[in-house]
Amino acid sequence: MTTDTAHKPDATRRTAPARAGRRVRNPLGAFGVLAHVALLVWAILIIGPILWTFLSSFKTNTEIFGDAITLPASFGWDAWGRAWDKAHIGQYMLNTVLVVACSTAGTMLLGSMAAYVLARYTFPGNRLVYFLFVSGMTFPVFLALVPLFFVVKNLGLIDTHLGLILVYIAYSLPFTVFFLSAFFKTLPTSVAEAAMMDGCSHTRTFFQVMMPMAKPGLISITIFNILGQWNQYLLPIVLLSGNVEDKWVITQGVANISTNAGYEADWPGLFAALSMAIIPVMIIYIIFQRQIQSGLTSGAVK
Amino acid sequence: MRQGKYPFIVGFLAAPVLLYVVFVISPYVQAFQISMTNWKGISANPQFIGLENFARLFEDEIFWAAVRHHGVLLLVMPLVTIVIALFFAFLLNLSGGQRDGRMTGIWGSKVYRVIFFLPQVLAVAIVGVLFQAIYRPDGTGVINGLLGKIGVEPVGWLIDPDIALLSIIAVMVWQAVGFYVVLFSAGMSSIPKDVFEAAALDGAGRFTLFFRITIPLLWDTMQVAWIYLGIAAFDAFALVQVLSVDRGGPDNSTTVLPMEIWRTAFNFSKFGYASAMGVALFFMTITFAALTLRVTRRERLEF
Repeated sequence: MTTDTAHKPDATRRTAPARAGRRVRNPLGAFGVLAHVALLVWAILIIGPILWTFLSSFKTNTEIFGDAITLPASFGWDAWGRAWDKAHIGQYMLNTVLVVACSTAGTMLLGSMAAYVLARYTFPGNRLVYFLFVSGMTFPVFLALVPLFFVVKNLGLIDTHLGLILVYIAYSLPFTVFFLSAFFKTLPTSVAEAAMMDGCSHTRTFFQVMMPMAKPGLISITIFNILGQWNQYLLPIVLLSGNVEDKWVITQGVANISTNAGYEADWPGLFAALSMAIIPVMIIYIIFQRQIQSGLTSGAVK
Repeated sequence: MRQGKYPFIVGFLAAPVLLYVVFVISPYVQAFQISMTNWKGISANPQFIGLENFARLFEDEIFWAAVRHHGVLLLVMPLVTIVIALFFAFLLNLSGGQRDGRMTGIWGSKVYRVIFFLPQVLAVAIVGVLFQAIYRPDGTGVINGLLGKIGVEPVGWLIDPDIALLSIIAVMVWQAVGFYVVLFSAGMSSIPKDVFEAAALDGAGRFTLFFRITIPLLWDTMQVAWIYLGIAAFDAFALVQVLSVDRGGPDNSTTVLPMEIWRTAFNFSKFGYASAMGVALFFMTITFAALTLRVTRRERLEF
């Protein structure tokens, strides 16, 4: 603390040790009760809708159009089966896993390569390339939407997973490069120098020395990219917009079922599909919640 | 090992830069160009028409409706989210009084934090579908079902043009709060303990701790939060597209620019006009970010 704003009271009147003694323990006074009520209400607001969705997947159509606040009469998995097969949720899930696995791997490989070179090597144009990447964080995707569609179309990649993967990678690069190059700069130079001294090539130094050292940063940003790409909705509906339902990703599929549920009247199926989309993400979140929280907020706290 | 340096640099940069230029930079540059053409239909031959699209935008009622909605979003969404998140972050981190000379959070704060953050990992499109059922306009919707129990008439959350936008904002807040609770918690934990100790010794109560100490010291983080939320207020596409009636309805009462860009381009095939909207959106976002950084700039506190 170098400025004086917060220190003034400390210096001017340090006279109340008796009062401080009283608040050493944590009495659950009126404030504590109110605080718990507020926190509990918000927690219910979060859990409630999700729990209700799970329960609704076991209801019948008549139950769904009855009283909203009742439990299902029986717990059967019919709706889940229908959603998996007939509504192709299984297919969408598989597509999403495939696309996100490839695009995250690609993002991490290309992103860390670019970030490493930009962070650790001086060469003419280094700053230019760096700012080219970082500037991508400030532009709204919607500005690029129309030309992007035609770029992908002209490359013959529209309605293909490869097209979607490449676009995911390209749009994930700005933040990945920005974050990782800051991270590579914090790593000590001596280890890499020692490796080079021992005759390690630049490429080997990167893969065998620097990458393992950068592991914490790589994990954070990998989680960030997996979640971002898994949850992407705009790019799939633009780039897989043709008659290629078998290639759709999960967000697209679930949104489409919700449009159709009105006509085909399979509401339990919709809720089962929603639950299936939510559960894997929730499981992963609960296992990795610490890393996920720090991974997602790391962009903001530098 | 000097000789290998440039081939190595080129080898490492070639693929990412190529991909980035083809799929990101070139579309952004082309967008400005396309916005000055009358490009309609996939196969049509676009002609340069200067700023005509922008002149038309000024007379386009739907465009202005969308801009107004961004205004509402920008005022309400960040403010409500930040206030709620700050309050919860304070409760979770600092309100438990002192223990062993350290500020502690309230009992159970770890569990609350895990729950609050959960909506953040769900896809916006999925959340949209989820809330369609929550908001249903009759007793079969969760909220109206609950209201019915206490004898309140069902509310048309999404079909009443007066409240449809607010209903959508509520979902955005629902999803965002957890993220900012975690963000502010990180900020609060980086405030040195002795600051709070000194204040508590001087007899500062919880309100003083919150308004006179925590908020000023969290200013940088709050600025970041404001910019993030502001940028989110210029998006809102997935939620409006999935949740609202007729994609931006009823009567365009919830439409936003991204929604109109998408519709104009991919439903009506008016690519020139859609790109002009994109350019308008771009300038609004940039102006917002620049203004925020200017207005909220303060002397940075170092500790």
